[in-house]
Amino acid sequence: MTLMHIMILLPLIFAIIIPVLYRFYNGIHLGWFVLPIPVIIFSYFMSYINVPDSDKPFIVTWDFMPRLGMNFSIHLDGLSILFASLITGIGALVVLYSISYLSKQEALGNFYCYLLMFMGAMLGVVLSDNLLMLYLFWELTSISSFLLIAYWREKEASIYGAQKSLIITVFGGLMLLGGFICLSLAGNSWSITSLIQNADTIQSSPFFIFAMVLVLIGAMTKSAQFPFHIWLPDAMEAPTPVSAYLHSATMVKAGIYLVARTTPIFAVSAGFIWTVTAIGLITLIWASFNAVKQQDLKGILAFSTVSQLGMIMSMLGIGAVSYHYSGEESQLFLASIIAAVFHLINHATFKGALFMVTGTIDHEVGTRDIKKLGGLMTIMPISCTFTIITALSMAGVPPFNGFLSKELFLTAMFDAHHADIFSLATLGYLLPIVALIGSIFTFVYSFKYVHEVFFGKYKPDALPKKAHEAPFMMLLPTGILTALVIIFGLFPNILSHTIIAPAVRAIAPFASEPEVHISYWHGITPALIGTIIVFVVGFLLFKSVDKWNKIYQFHPEHLTFNYYYDRGIDLSSYLSNKITQSYMTGFIRTYLIYIFAFFIIMTALTLFTHPVQIAFDNISEIRPYEVILMGLILVSTFCIVLSKSRLFSIIMLAAVGYSVALFFVFFGAPDLALTQLSIETISTALFLLCFYHLPKMNRHDENRKFKIGNFLISICVGIAVIAIGLIAYGNRHFDSISKYYIDNVYDLAAGKNMVNVILVDFRGFDTLFESAVLGIAGLGIYTLIKLRDKDKNKDGGEEHEETI
Amino acid sequence: MKKQSNDVFFQFNAVIICLIIMMYAVSIFFGGHYTPGGGFVGGLLFSSAVIIIGIAFDTKTLKKMFPFDFKLVTATGLFFCVLTPILSWTYNKTFFTHKFGEFHLPIFGEIHWHTAMLFDLGVLLAVVGTSITIILAIGENE
Repeated sequence: MTLMHIMILLPLIFAIIIPVLYRFYNGIHLGWFVLPIPVIIFSYFMSYINVPDSDKPFIVTWDFMPRLGMNFSIHLDGLSILFASLITGIGALVVLYSISYLSKQEALGNFYCYLLMFMGAMLGVVLSDNLLMLYLFWELTSISSFLLIAYWREKEASIYGAQKSLIITVFGGLMLLGGFICLSLAGNSWSITSLIQNADTIQSSPFFIFAMVLVLIGAMTKSAQFPFHIWLPDAMEAPTPVSAYLHSATMVKAGIYLVARTTPIFAVSAGFIWTVTAIGLITLIWASFNAVKQQDLKGILAFSTVSQLGMIMSMLGIGAVSYHYSGEESQLFLASIIAAVFHLINHATFKGALFMVTGTIDHEVGTRDIKKLGGLMTIMPISCTFTIITALSMAGVPPFNGFLSKELFLTAMFDAHHADIFSLATLGYLLPIVALIGSIFTFVYSFKYVHEVFFGKYKPDALPKKAHEAPFMMLLPTGILTALVIIFGLFPNILSHTIIAPAVRAIAPFASEPEVHISYWHGITPALIGTIIVFVVGFLLFKSVDKWNKIYQFHPEHLTFNYYYDRGIDLSSYLSNKITQSYMTGFIRTYLIYIFAFFIIMTALTLFTHPVQIAFDNISEIRPYEVILMGLILVSTFCIVLSKSRLFSIIMLAAVGYSVALFFVFFGAPDLALTQLSIETISTALFLLCFYHLPKMNRHDENRKFKIGNFLISICVGIAVIAIGLIAYGNRHFDSISKYYIDNVYDLAAGKNMVNVILVDFRGFDTLFESAVLGIAGLGIYTLIKLRDKDKNKDGGEEHEETI
Repeated sequence: MKKQSNDVFFQFNAVIICLIIMMYAVSIFFGGHYTPGGGFVGGLLFSSAVIIIGIAFDTKTLKKMFPFDFKLVTATGLFFCVLTPILSWTYNKTFFTHKFGEFHLPIFGEIHWHTAMLFDLGVLLAVVGTSITIILAIGENE
């Protein structure tokens, strides 16, 4: 464990401490205690900013389950530093923002616990070198974002959105796990670094295609790509700081991170290049088209985020082409990756700021409905300035940073047809057209956003609150992000060599040294003409939006993915209900019959398909007291079967148990005997307690058929158990494992009692989870009994016991 | 265990028997690494001692004699179970190597301490907590 591991785990540790702190102390807003954490981590990672320049990869390992290949190793390169600084930098601003956004009356302990959990998980995702570790953190981001989206849990829409995001992202997560397993099978390692070094072996492996498809599905669900984008707009029910953080700057970018990270492995495949590019572009055009019709400010931003993520995706797709070229031509496509990285940063700045402004408006005015808003420019001048700057950046208007990356994007799309492979030379001509249409709609909704909120007529009657400018603490983080938008726009090259170049090197280690130089003027290029077209057409469309927005009504409801998602959820709950009801009869004896029948059938089938010999040689002699014990057990068993009294059967059952314990004593297993004795005692006491509450047993109701059925089943089970026992005894293919334990129990574990040493040391992992199972079972029984009590009190005592 | 029973002999003896079983449980627990026993058996014996009180008196008296929230006892046990393997990280060992380099540290003469004991203690608490929780839940349910 190194300082870097502690830095990653720091948010997770504080996620535990913060709620405890909140319980005892709530004088000052909790956010002030949380704020230092991202700041510290941010400055820590900033101190490593020059590390990726050295030739050797920077890896810190910490083995904690080496046998499973699960090591917490950290791989620090340009890409991970870029993401780590985004997560902690934007994270710090979001925490600062949330201090004034959330009042002290909210459940702040929960909020900051989830937020910190998310921050730690996200850091883990981008810094882990181990695929299993990455997956662990990946799922933790899904869970923590679920908790954050459902933060206002009394709202129906929050729950719906949270459930939707969880279902979709966890589905993707499971696919991703499959993909990772395929990758590790193909590359024979769990470490991303060594997988990238063995990219050639992986590419020739039969698992390659599965790995690629599954990893891409994982990435696409997380980054809300078409058709998985439907969860992101609903996730907007989260508090605005969460939206600003998760849904613009960090979590949704995890998919992009994954695609970028695996580019060196998958870039060889045409499928990868085309899938990533095409899905990215479809997402861009579809989401930007839909963003224009949204009535909710956050809805506009949600669809806008989806489309921008698609744009970054498509740039990564084109960038992967550089794998197939070298030298000058490679640089041409490498420019696409540079554009992707640059836009990633720009998007985090302007979209973060826009979300914060939206939250500010919501907070100060009380609504996000654009029909009610308007004319706020004179009332909220500072927010208005911030919004205009950031929205123009999103639209791609100079001199802000969005313009630069938008132009790089268009350049990349125009350049795509230079490749003479994978039909890019012919189909590649489609790319710039799609990109231009997407950019036009981006322009339209950016302008619409500003226009609907700050211009037009002020409607004070429609607003729930009297509008006024936001407090300073709320404007500060927005202002910082807006300042970054301007700074990165005016001096784009301050990032070139420190952040962008190392990140590009990490995404494309196969290419030559990237030449990152971002400038305003490239001469009259197709991209410039494209930008002018976007501005002109976009402005015309924006002006005439009232005339053409009727086309949205032609979009029938039952053709949306949302519709099918809802139907699917309904159908699955209906089906599972049906299936469950068909076999859950409520009678314990039915369940026991299922279990025993399955057991008998499986044993019989196995014996038929794999005939085995039962060896009777090498059997030890039967001693007289064993015969006596045997007789005791048989007699007590018959007593159970024949007895009319419940108490008597319980005592006879205990007699069977104690006789078995005596067997253990005679065979020299004191540990087992002890355990059996105490188990028997406790279970007898439990039985006595349970049956005390049951109504009087009546055995005369059972008819003959029922009795014969039970008799047959019990005979078959008995035969099966005996058969298994004899086979297990007669077929010894391997040496007994006990030799190893006998030899090593003292040297390795310093114990003399083998059973105990096995339990706590050699197989301690089993015991750990068994204890957990025990605890869960206990709690389960406890809640079942307590809940039944509640039900009883409610509807006046319903007797379930009679069915047993 | 609905009503208080009045068997004075049983009640008087139950307290003594309970104490004896508990001492035995403790001794079996501590000796577990060298002689038959350990956390699981120790825990079961411990619970059976508690049950004797429950049978001789009633649940109310049991709760008065052992005023713990047994769900919390389970939680504490699980906490020990998880914490002990994690301890090994602090001295740069892999998960669950709690013994290497740590055993044979004499504190008072013959007594050795062992991190496995902590884990075993966790198992014991989990077993005691779970079984008593179940028994109390059933016993209180009328």
